[in-house]
Amino acid sequence: MNGISRAAPKKGENYELRADLNSEYREKRKDAIKRVIANMTVGKDVSGLFPDVLKNMQTEDLEQKKLVYLYLMNYAKTQPELVILAVNTFVKDSDDVNPLIRALSIRTMGCLRAEKIIDYLSPPLQKALVDEHPYVRKTAALCVAKLYDLKPELAIENGFVETLKELVGDANPMVVANAVTALMDIHLASQALLESGSEVPEEVTKVEWHITSTILAKLLVALNECSEWGRVAILTQLARYKAVDEKESEHICERVVPQLQHANGSVVLSAVKVIMIHMKHISAARGDLEKLLIRKMAPPLVTLVSSAPEVQWVALRNINLLLQKRDDLLQNEMRVFFCKYNDPPYVKVEKLEIMIRLAGENNVDTLLSELREYASEVDVDFVRKSIKAIGQCAIKIESSAERCVGVLMDLINTRVSYVVQEAVVVMKDIFRKYPSTYEGVIPVLCSNLEELDEPEAKASLIWIIGEYAEKIDNAEELLGIFVDSFSEDAYLVQLQTLTAVVKLFLKRPDRSQPTLQRVLDLATKCDSPDVRDRAYIYWRLLSTDSGAARAVVMSHRPPISLPRTTVSPAVLEELIGEIGSLASVYHKPAETFVGKGRMGADSMRKNIVDQDEEASRKAAIQKVAAGQQAENLLDFDDAPAVEGVAPTGIAAAVANTPGVSKVLTSSNPLDDLVSIFGAGGTGNGFGGGGGGSGLGGLASPVGGNGGLGGLDMFGSTPVAAAPTTTQAPNPPPSASQQEDLLGLF
Amino acid sequence: MASLVAILDLKGKPLIQRSYRDDVPPSYIERFLPLILEFEEEETPVTPCFTHQGINYLHIRHSNLYLLALSKGNSNAAEIILFLQRLCSVLIEYFKELEEESIRDNFVIIYELLDEVMDFGYPQTTESKILQEYITQESHKLDAVTAPPAVTNAVSWRSDGIRYRKNEVFLDVVESVNLLVNASGNVIRSEILGAVKMKCYLSGMPELRLGLNDKVMFESTGRASRGKAIEMEDVKFHQCVRLSRFENDRTISFIPPDGEFELMSYRLSTPVKPLIWVEASVENHRGTRVEYMVKVKAQFKRRSNANNVEIYVPVPDDADTPKFRAATGTAQYVPDKSAFVWKIKQLGGSREFLMRAQFGLPSVRNTEEVERRAPISVKFEIPYFTVSGIQVRYLKIVEKSGYQALPWVRYITQHGDDYSLRTVVEKGSAPGNVPI
Repeated sequence: MNGISRAAPKKGENYELRADLNSEYREKRKDAIKRVIANMTVGKDVSGLFPDVLKNMQTEDLEQKKLVYLYLMNYAKTQPELVILAVNTFVKDSDDVNPLIRALSIRTMGCLRAEKIIDYLSPPLQKALVDEHPYVRKTAALCVAKLYDLKPELAIENGFVETLKELVGDANPMVVANAVTALMDIHLASQALLESGSEVPEEVTKVEWHITSTILAKLLVALNECSEWGRVAILTQLARYKAVDEKESEHICERVVPQLQHANGSVVLSAVKVIMIHMKHISAARGDLEKLLIRKMAPPLVTLVSSAPEVQWVALRNINLLLQKRDDLLQNEMRVFFCKYNDPPYVKVEKLEIMIRLAGENNVDTLLSELREYASEVDVDFVRKSIKAIGQCAIKIESSAERCVGVLMDLINTRVSYVVQEAVVVMKDIFRKYPSTYEGVIPVLCSNLEELDEPEAKASLIWIIGEYAEKIDNAEELLGIFVDSFSEDAYLVQLQTLTAVVKLFLKRPDRSQPTLQRVLDLATKCDSPDVRDRAYIYWRLLSTDSGAARAVVMSHRPPISLPRTTVSPAVLEELIGEIGSLASVYHKPAETFVGKGRMGADSMRKNIVDQDEEASRKAAIQKVAAGQQAENLLDFDDAPAVEGVAPTGIAAAVANTPGVSKVLTSSNPLDDLVSIFGAGGTGNGFGGGGGGSGLGGLASPVGGNGGLGGLDMFGSTPVAAAPTTTQAPNPPPSASQQEDLLGLF
Repeated sequence: MASLVAILDLKGKPLIQRSYRDDVPPSYIERFLPLILEFEEEETPVTPCFTHQGINYLHIRHSNLYLLALSKGNSNAAEIILFLQRLCSVLIEYFKELEEESIRDNFVIIYELLDEVMDFGYPQTTESKILQEYITQESHKLDAVTAPPAVTNAVSWRSDGIRYRKNEVFLDVVESVNLLVNASGNVIRSEILGAVKMKCYLSGMPELRLGLNDKVMFESTGRASRGKAIEMEDVKFHQCVRLSRFENDRTISFIPPDGEFELMSYRLSTPVKPLIWVEASVENHRGTRVEYMVKVKAQFKRRSNANNVEIYVPVPDDADTPKFRAATGTAQYVPDKSAFVWKIKQLGGSREFLMRAQFGLPSVRNTEEVERRAPISVKFEIPYFTVSGIQVRYLKIVEKSGYQALPWVRYITQHGDDYSLRTVVEKGSAPGNVPI
């Protein structure tokens, strides 16, 4: 910075300010303080004026006092030895007749974060905690948390934490709310201290804060009288509480239900969270109550969709999770999620996902006409996602498939390049789901061959041609075009071309031998080891045993379906317990994005999650880690063919990518396909995760049979030594599960 | 909980900031905009919350400003986003408009407010009426201000000792209609968002009870309803309303804040017939000019009137030389919205009008470009009328001094933020050429 703090310059702005700060006129001094703060606001260094500003702390003018306090908060850390000078005034202010001043001094002292002053803080804080005015008490409550954060042993020694526990029974609801907030803050901080492994005295970390039935009763009373933020604080505590029996769970739910009517959306989401947590423990005999609770939660959630876009988005992300847990929650409300023309893109994308979740036979027609409308908007990304959604409809609701295909054909006829390409990709999924059903559209698809320039769309069309080669008269000719451009294409396209030509050869060996020879020659000289390996394997298979080749290349594929959840059941359970939090907004467990700072939020969860849930959660995290490793492996692998496909694949399947900073589901167009894979394993407890680690195995071909690892890429090998076969009855299905994911590419 | 709150201009420069916890250095604020730009470059939508290198960025947009909160842990995202929203409205109440200039001019008071609305990252008081009692723009002497008891009272929204010579209450029942009509003229989505707004000029600590023709209440009390009762799908109350009382017997009882506030809001998704119907047919003359014929119809009873009707009809971005002929009202080209607007001061119930518009089109056109297909949107107000049929049956006011107070009630129905009709039909093509 500049040298002001070292030696006072004789001129310049700070020199003038110093003069004014020491002026004999009150108004001039106050004005100077304002200018100092203004400079501070725009980022100029005014720390050199510390002693001069400090002189103005003793004042009758509240505004001036606040400004000086503000200055102190900003620079106390850089001038710790000078802060001592302020102590006197602070202590004096904490005895002021005006509760505003008393609270202000306590609040500010807690924010100074200078060790030196902390020791002087204790006596005033002691008094403030039992102050007659609730405003001072509620401020003091939070100050204990600040103190613990800075010097935990001091907060313990002085018994502040114990006093805090007494404040939970305070007559004033705001004091109660801040007391429980402070206690939880301290609880989390102590857990973080424990985990950090640093040397801390034992008593410092013995501040666990658990809610008992007596405290519960107090909280339930305070809940109805609190300000909105106080309600959020209390509801957060209720979510942590473990009910002793079914009756108590019912009682909590019943008491929390009225909060759903609160105008503040975060109160509503917190109430939903508490109800979702405690509803689990309601006795089976009270099925009526459960139904009632579900019915009560729906309208407030719908109303959140008409709030400001940012709030709406947070609500939509949470609704998406809630629907994965309870698909009966918003049964007849799909129309609410129709996109408005002016919705911001991030809202539209979320709404699309939710609409697909709510789609059923009764509303699919309306949904399709809506999606078709979206497909003609100008936002390319949104258009693509809408088209993808049409495909998801077809896969989810069999009876609608034909209409979906109709809409897709209409869209292809628009000849808008990105619309056509996306529609082709979607058509491929439909062919996967309903083989040999919509062959009539193949000529239309093929007539758009020239339009395709995106690798994924190209690869999809090639796959379709290969799959139905025997029914396409000019299949050789079409594939020949791709063989001609083989060396210029992306690896993804090359792999598909290779496989498609082999399929063609197996189906019509008579005419396609030259094309096959050509593609094998090209592919075995390719830069990508994946393409090369695959070509060699095909070559050997074809030259030794064409029956085996047929079994490998044209084996039966299991049907695909839409996943019911985007995260594994254990993670979903965890996220439902944290509705409204960042984790639930990101759809990722907190561990994946919370740094190893002082505030490890994971600590508190350990107490909530039941032991076996805990075990599965850990397993999940391990698998995430495994997935992450696999991801790295793939990144370093010089196999760009899978790059960008498989890594994200793993990511989506496990539903949390620690390295990826963006919350929205990856924009990788393969996503839906990949998530389809995720569904393959659902019902097996940890299906998604298991698949993920399976892929990890894939990335580094297993043991001695590296060649077979390569085979997995196009799947269908009956002899594949699949790395994870735990949930699969026998190896071949497992191999084809992977093929689900990667087989096409 | 939030570690830091900042207000940034569009270039990402912090105008004012406040750290509440020490765990996130202020330097992270500067990283916010580059991250946003990165997302935009990758064409991924910028979401209100995202995480980057262990720091969570939560933000909302208000005109040309970002309100940003940073946090490190797994914070309550809903709470922080709503807090930012509340902060925004507090600042608006203080400065009328919230923009770069008003922030620069009022940094002192904004610091004071930031100190009061949040402590150690936890939201405290965001009720602007209460804040205004002890954080004012005029400087003050220490003994002059003291913490209003309301800051911590069970009744945190009303101060003691309010006096009026004439005790009056004004109730406004405002219903906003959102609806979407598809190309074939069917309503595919409609909802009514209702709000009961109050202006309260009452002395002391009055107890109020509001009675509506609420179907659920009629049913629960077993009273035979005279006339129509309505079924509100979701009701939201100002924090002054006793929620548990409403839950028990549907009584809306409360001690109101002083002055203006929104007592409650509700939502109905009963199908609504479009009150103002608009359709337009478009004729494109070989890409040189384009003609519109717009028809508007007021589909409500003759005795009501719609005021300040504005109909926005989308036109191509590059349209020029507009010509209008309207049977009533005036029409105007609004190039920045790529639309023309037809304004009608007063539209009587059951009336129907036509207007024609013609635009020139540039002779050179990019045929590749996709045509924007924005819907027609409509603005209007219909006084003395509610679509839902909601009625205030009584408003009882009891204060221990026993004064008589007069309640006044007004009703109005208006457009919501999304009243759109996709009824722009190209001539020659049949309406609803969707094959399903």
